[in-house]
Amino acid sequence: MTELTETAAPSTGEEGAAPAGERRLDKRAARRSRRYQRDVKWSPYAFIAPFFLFFGAFGLFPLLYTGWASLHRVSLNDPNHMEWAGLHNFTRLMDDEFFWNALQNTFTIGIISTVPQLAMALGLAHLLNYRVRGSMFFRVAALTPYATSVAAATLVFAMLYGRDYGMINWALGLVGIDSVDWENGDWTSQIAISTIVIWRWTGYNALIYLAAMQAVPHDLYESAALDGASRWQQFIHVTIPSLRPTILFTVVVSTIGATQLFGEPLLFSGTSGAAGGADHQYQTLGLFLYEKGWFELNLGRASAIAWTMFLILILIGLVNWLISWRLKKSEGA
Amino acid sequence: MAVRMAVRGRGRGRGVRRAGKQLHGGWITYTILIIFTLGSLLPLIWTAIAASRTSTRLSETPPPFWFGGNLMDNLGEAWDGANMGLALANTVIVAGAITLGTVLFSTIAGFAFAKLRFRFKTLLLLLVIGTMMVPPQLSVVPLFMAIAELQWTNQLQAVILPGLVSAFGVFFMRQYLVEALPTELIEAARVDGASSLRVVWHVVFPIARPAMAVLAMLTFVFAWNEFFWPIIALTQDNPTVQVALTGLPQGYATDRSVIMAGALLGTLPLLAAFTIFGKQIVGGIMQGAVKG
Repeated sequence: MTELTETAAPSTGEEGAAPAGERRLDKRAARRSRRYQRDVKWSPYAFIAPFFLFFGAFGLFPLLYTGWASLHRVSLNDPNHMEWAGLHNFTRLMDDEFFWNALQNTFTIGIISTVPQLAMALGLAHLLNYRVRGSMFFRVAALTPYATSVAAATLVFAMLYGRDYGMINWALGLVGIDSVDWENGDWTSQIAISTIVIWRWTGYNALIYLAAMQAVPHDLYESAALDGASRWQQFIHVTIPSLRPTILFTVVVSTIGATQLFGEPLLFSGTSGAAGGADHQYQTLGLFLYEKGWFELNLGRASAIAWTMFLILILIGLVNWLISWRLKKSEGA
Repeated sequence: MAVRMAVRGRGRGRGVRRAGKQLHGGWITYTILIIFTLGSLLPLIWTAIAASRTSTRLSETPPPFWFGGNLMDNLGEAWDGANMGLALANTVIVAGAITLGTVLFSTIAGFAFAKLRFRFKTLLLLLVIGTMMVPPQLSVVPLFMAIAELQWTNQLQAVILPGLVSAFGVFFMRQYLVEALPTELIEAARVDGASSLRVVWHVVFPIARPAMAVLAMLTFVFAWNEFFWPIIALTQDNPTVQVALTGLPQGYATDRSVIMAGALLGTLPLLAAFTIFGKQIVGGIMQGAVKG
């Protein structure tokens, strides 16, 4: 009997079990053990409850409600009055040349900001992986742009890219290139905006690659070196394949970021607001959503754009998953 | 898989791996690293230079390369004109509250996912991971309707409440605690009759402290720089730093040195934190990368 109690509620031992009070103690022990079991059973739910409550209220519910709102006519001036519109918002979107323009801009800026950024990050990580003096200084320095907000960085770069007095045009002038009107050109404005993204995120991605590189077993390099592989060949044939999951991860994260690009094009010219330039030449989907909802006061249309962005992301996610699945399969074969 | 784990495990003993095996960088390595460093730092240094000049001087060729004497005037003008004092105070409150909530809720949820048994655990964890992919654009319209209904426009709780939990945080803490927290320690505390709350307070928190610090720093940087939702929920009457910066070019369309002074004011607190905690933040990002 004593043994049984002890296994059920081990803490009874502390209370000094005198023979006379044994039964009372048993009762107390039973109560304790019930409380203990309730605690073990329910506390996990209590621990995850705050996250799921907040996530439900500010994540999941809005996500679904955005889908609902996208089927309605909703004005910003009277946001709680909704009028059924069916798929009207979506069909209007498909006929809107500015939607396709924004989609194309988002795609272009996404490519020319992500590809060089990740390639440079890979190179930088490779260099940081050497034994260098002051390596911590180089790492922190590479990360400082990450601490600079989108707003501050864009204001600074907009000035650096200024047509008349910008530092970049001045530097180009030194080598005999005429001033470029960065903001008003299609390509030039998109390149300029991409450099802001590249500047802010290259160091961050480099650190992620560096962490992955340091986890690559050294024997792989040693055997490659024994086979006579140069440093460059080692990088191509050992480092890159070992980093494949990490590279895929950064591609996914950067793609999600690129789809949402908003602050940079909004602030690149202080005056044109959400239009993304005089000819909408750098208006992204995020900016287009903001223009429809908060300048044209059409929240239903804005919701439709949001859901379209979500569907595009899911599509990209599926493609990514397919590619990684194919890669794994070909590796196994 | 087992082999890979073993190799990784050995890699943890830094002394073993580092002992003369890592290649030394040559002068080319240093040159390129210095170029990268300059590329990272020059735009920030130039911000300070431009903020210390007059607007007229910025409209001359060649542009200024060294500091002028106008810094205090410009800072003062940005402080008064763009409401930077209020903006900084608001941002400290918002980022502080978000950091506190995220770290606390992520730690207890991460602990539950790492070490406790309950129903639908795998499914719920997958849900957490899945939510990391959902872009913020998908919630702005309903959130905006909600704060319009509650008349929360321009009030700080409108930007604090939606930021209080983070899926990344839960996942990050779970990954850390799975390895760092020995299950026997929890069992031992249980045998001593400790309730779950006591286990969290006396066992989980002390062990999770390094990861909590890293998560706190990452969350604070993120919350300080949060842009999209604040510019929708707040106006220039009660801004955060990012909202105030957005208003700067409109109010001071011509005075570019004041705009730069504002950008400097909004960035300096984080840069100061970086010079103090840079090493820890770098370590945290790298640690999160391997685990993630």
